Amino acid sequence: MAIKKFMYVNRKPPYGTVYALESLEVVLIGAAFDQDVSLAFIGDGVYQLTKGQNTEAIGQKNFSPVYSALGDYEVTKIYIEKESLEERGLTLDDLQHLVWEDEDEDYAEKDSIRLVSRAELADVMAEQEIILSF
Amino acid sequence: MSLLHTINKSPFESNTFDTCLGYALDGSTVLLIEDGVYAATTDTSAAEKIKNASSGVTFAVLGPDLQARGLEGKLADGIKVVDYEGFVNLVAENDSVQSWL
Amino acid sequence: MKFSIQINEGPYQHQASDTAYQFAKAALAAGHEIFRIFFYHDGVNNGTRLAIPPQDDRNIVALWTALAKDNDLDMVICIAAAQRRGLMDADEAKRQGLDADNIAEGFRISGLGQLIEAGIEADRLVVFGA
Repeated sequence: MAIKKFMYVNRKPPYGTVYALESLEVVLIGAAFDQDVSLAFIGDGVYQLTKGQNTEAIGQKNFSPVYSALGDYEVTKIYIEKESLEERGLTLDDLQHLVWEDEDEDYAEKDSIRLVSRAELADVMAEQEIILSF
Repeated sequence: MSLLHTINKSPFESNTFDTCLGYALDGSTVLLIEDGVYAATTDTSAAEKIKNASSGVTFAVLGPDLQARGLEGKLADGIKVVDYEGFVNLVAENDSVQSWL
Repeated sequence: MKFSIQINEGPYQHQASDTAYQFAKAALAAGHEIFRIFFYHDGVNNGTRLAIPPQDDRNIVALWTALAKDNDLDMVICIAAAQRRGLMDADEAKRQGLDADNIAEGFRISGLGQLIEAGIEADRLVVFGA
């Protein structure tokens, strides 16, 4: 099967609507297809990755721990738009630390998150063949 | 690689239009559809931004959506009007599509 | 050229399904092929056969069914999204012990893998949503 560059663009925050959760479900299923996958978090999408989410009192499932498993699914390119974080008064310290293990380097732990400017992310987006927007 | 961007939200309700402009590289096309067409109308800050955008970016609006909203006569300069067939052509002519949902 | 289409919103609430329908019709008229139309999120509600819009309004479900019939389209409703929202085909209703099913003609229920495959197999994927 051909390998294509897939990008999942996440621009919506979690819980208020179902898009974030159902986008994550696509990413997990899509991982089985061995495509060249990138995730982009832009705008309110960056709120999907905040640390310390606790949904107990709103009666919804907390799906934020799933993001830390993405490395095991070989989803290792997670782009965060710098401007979006800054606009929201956030830094990378407010987000989960996502890592993957590099088999080729004796399972060395590497950062999955790539903090990039809008201009840099625009270049990455322009290289994609399939863009799934949520 | 050229990208077709579609925007379906009013620039007065959401910052999607501004975000998209930051992603529209030279050679790409921005197509305004559904409630996105309000960005294509005269005397708006959005139309001003389109006017001042890089000449390498093409702006288009989906005519049927503009007509439906009664704003065909208010189309700002520098924006190409396409019908659904034109939308299809834009998808085919560009390498991929980013829908700014 | 081969297109795939993803629809993320249900009928009537949002224009997404209408736009996708007009787009699909225009693509077919221009001689393009549609590999698959995938309904996700509330988009699964486009596939209920129990919708009865007023007579002077368009019947979006019926429009999709007719377009699929005339052009042999593959219209897939995501099973995970469908089960959450109560969209069932006869087999699934039976399996779940439910007393009714509601899938319209021309639609089928299948997994999310069908969306990824739609992206891989088509030359372009276009997403319509909110």
